Amino acid sequence: MIDLDEPAQSDPAHPPTPQRQESVAAALRAVLPEDCVLWREEERRPYECDGLTAFRQLPMVVTLPHTEEQVRAILSVCHRLEVPVVARGAGTGLSGGAMPHASGVVLSLARLNRILELDPVARQARVQPGVRNLQVSEAAAAHGLYYAPDPSSQIACSIGGNVAENSGGVHCLKYGLTVHNVLRVRGYTIEGELIELGSSAPDGPGLDLLAAVIGSEGLLMVVTEVTLKLIPRPQLAQLVMASFDDVGKAGDAVAAIISAGIIPAGLEMMDRKATRAVEPFVRAGYDLDAEAILLAEADGTPEEVAGQVAEIERVLKAAGATAIAVSRSETERVRFWSGRKNAFPAAGRVSPDYYCMDGTIPRKNVGRMLKAIEQMETQHQLRCMNVFHAGDGNLHPLILFDANVPGEWARADRFGAQILELCVQLGGTITGEHGVGIEKINSMCVQFSPRERAAFFGIKRAFDPVGLLNPGKTIPTLARCAEYGKMHVHAGALPHPDLPRF
Amino acid sequence: METELLRLREQVLTARRDRTPLRLRGAGTKDFYGEHPTDTPAGALIDLRTFSGIIDYEPSELVITARCGTPLSQIEAALAGHDQFLGFEPPGFGADPTLGGIVACGLSGPGRMSAGAVRDFVLGTSLLAGDGELLRFGGRVMKNVAGFDVSRLLCGSLGIFGIITQVSIKVLPRPRLEETVRLELAAEAAVQAFNRWGSQPLPISAAAWYDGAAWVRLSGAPPAVRAAHVRIGGERIDPTAAQQWWSSLRHFTHLLFSNDTLWRLSVPQTAAPLELGGEKLIDWGGALRWYAGEQGERDVRQIARRAGGTAMKWRGDAPAGRFHPLVPAVAEIHRRLKRAFDPEGIFNPGRLLADL
Repeated sequence: MIDLDEPAQSDPAHPPTPQRQESVAAALRAVLPEDCVLWREEERRPYECDGLTAFRQLPMVVTLPHTEEQVRAILSVCHRLEVPVVARGAGTGLSGGAMPHASGVVLSLARLNRILELDPVARQARVQPGVRNLQVSEAAAAHGLYYAPDPSSQIACSIGGNVAENSGGVHCLKYGLTVHNVLRVRGYTIEGELIELGSSAPDGPGLDLLAAVIGSEGLLMVVTEVTLKLIPRPQLAQLVMASFDDVGKAGDAVAAIISAGIIPAGLEMMDRKATRAVEPFVRAGYDLDAEAILLAEADGTPEEVAGQVAEIERVLKAAGATAIAVSRSETERVRFWSGRKNAFPAAGRVSPDYYCMDGTIPRKNVGRMLKAIEQMETQHQLRCMNVFHAGDGNLHPLILFDANVPGEWARADRFGAQILELCVQLGGTITGEHGVGIEKINSMCVQFSPRERAAFFGIKRAFDPVGLLNPGKTIPTLARCAEYGKMHVHAGALPHPDLPRF
Repeated sequence: METELLRLREQVLTARRDRTPLRLRGAGTKDFYGEHPTDTPAGALIDLRTFSGIIDYEPSELVITARCGTPLSQIEAALAGHDQFLGFEPPGFGADPTLGGIVACGLSGPGRMSAGAVRDFVLGTSLLAGDGELLRFGGRVMKNVAGFDVSRLLCGSLGIFGIITQVSIKVLPRPRLEETVRLELAAEAAVQAFNRWGSQPLPISAAAWYDGAAWVRLSGAPPAVRAAHVRIGGERIDPTAAQQWWSSLRHFTHLLFSNDTLWRLSVPQTAAPLELGGEKLIDWGGALRWYAGEQGERDVRQIARRAGGTAMKWRGDAPAGRFHPLVPAVAEIHRRLKRAFDPEGIFNPGRLLADL
């Protein structure tokens, strides 16, 4: 029989008894140096949320191991004492994936932050999970190489977190997501088995467990080492910026570029509400009269870029662009991008609060989705500015609201859920790159059937039979789906408001 | 459910009730592939070619969705009409494999190191599981992190989890220009050159070596391809001959593959020449190495492991197993996953792991 049982989960919000906290902390202190175990409330407080501050929970204990061996020791204690474990990277995640469990241990991998090996000939880097995303490209730059996935929080976010979320960025249309750029992970199961999935040698025997682990949001194993693929940095990149007097036309222009056989290095779209919000702060030089602007990047050899830019210009003109500008220098290219990369912080400046969505839809429905969002703005009486990874149909509508005005958060929450439901209806998904975490767990009830969710739990059990790794996240139980709609939560602003994000 | 799908479901439910294994099969081009334990019954054959057809193809979305029995030729013809193709270049073995078989076996062609493998292109799947339920994972969009990535997990699963009934797969625009150059080089020098070139921004889409010559395929914008040819050097191969060469590697029609005994070694692409005798061929820029002729089984596995890779007996008897053995902890996860999807063990028993 197919096992349809769901994991018995302890209440993630129910605090432990002081005796329990004491005994777990003591067991951890017995195997770790003093500085690795935080148990006083003021020490634990900074770990109560990740980048999604709307969801907070004080953990029972926080552990900060220095070594892989200490990670194993922590897991061994937690397994023996049946303590939930929430792994944490840099804490920049946007879906509450690293939100603690009240009677659980936060396992911060921030101190495992060394680049262990960088092989320029094999074009690979072997790093610890706490290494920051941008750090890899900086270390590889001397060899003319870089690590392609570039989530906008890349100056702060960690490789371990990228693996957990299968992070993207603006260049994944051409260069792929984390899953396309990670060759191998090494780490522990909750049972303390050291496993290596994937390899520097491609397509090894057995199932592709590496693909299952990437994007698994800390539910399957704890990663202690990652081998990344590095690629040669293109000689040149140039950005084309086009204005449109209609969002539908801009959406069609995206399809026209792809249909012309062009895969730009990046293909982004912003509506007028978004350009008007960012321009005063960033001075990117955006056309504020345009209903929407498109940003399309060409990269490669100088000749190749010249050819592709000309072609992109031709297609955009034919698609009805009202104005086109091409970056004339690296400074200008970076300036054109800066507005897009600062859209989230800009939303935080024009509105007391905002709620960021992350659905993905087939490209052809972008225009339709924008029209629907306009109607939802009227329906919920809230403004929404739109920034899209248009090339891969990944939307980041930013719903603007004020948490201090009674009822506004509830309307924003319903607005967001309605967008995600439409994403599913239009053949898309509720999350393209930010993950489900705790934030979108209810929307999982919309996207997957009970039987499909049971299959996810089956995978969870195959790696973590005792259900101790990040319990209560990502996959909703039947009971939770039945409750969907009755929940009430409070939103807040992002921490690190200056950090660019996608 | 569609009629044909209902029929498949009936077969699954019957097999489950009677506890009789099912052998899933598309066009049968890869019947040889996988473990073949002699002590388990082969099971009743399910011919999946009957569940065929392209469901949706929109060139501007770069995605095609088709039923599992759809022949590769039909998919490639549809894509060619819009100057698109399957970037992972699945092998056809001189015949016409089905999409389901391509995904289930997870084999990729010469472009694997530049464009990616099957798993890099699969966006969504439908799976008829052991209890007759149809499960959908992933979708038709490029970015999707909702739930575990079951679709990619199914690539190379050899059908042990159920019937992959439908697949959505990412496609690519054809490169504007493709040129192949040939250089006289010894094997070791060729591998070194492949890695040297690989660390530069050159549009290399495939690199192979055989019988004293390296073959390098350049794909992309014409100026970039021409500039790369100047940089790399070598003799430009006539397009028909070049096409024949890469096709012989992709589809396993090259003479080397007709050897009765053949080993396939997957190693890091920088690995030094392996101490194995017999005729050899190098593909994937150095990461895939083929050796024909008898080798000591233990020696091959050991040599592969020492180089940081694995060895598979591609052709010939494999009494000790065809695939490189898994470490026990990873094999245990395989067994638990199998139980989660197919607890009665009705799908392709023994095909991926002898005891699964």
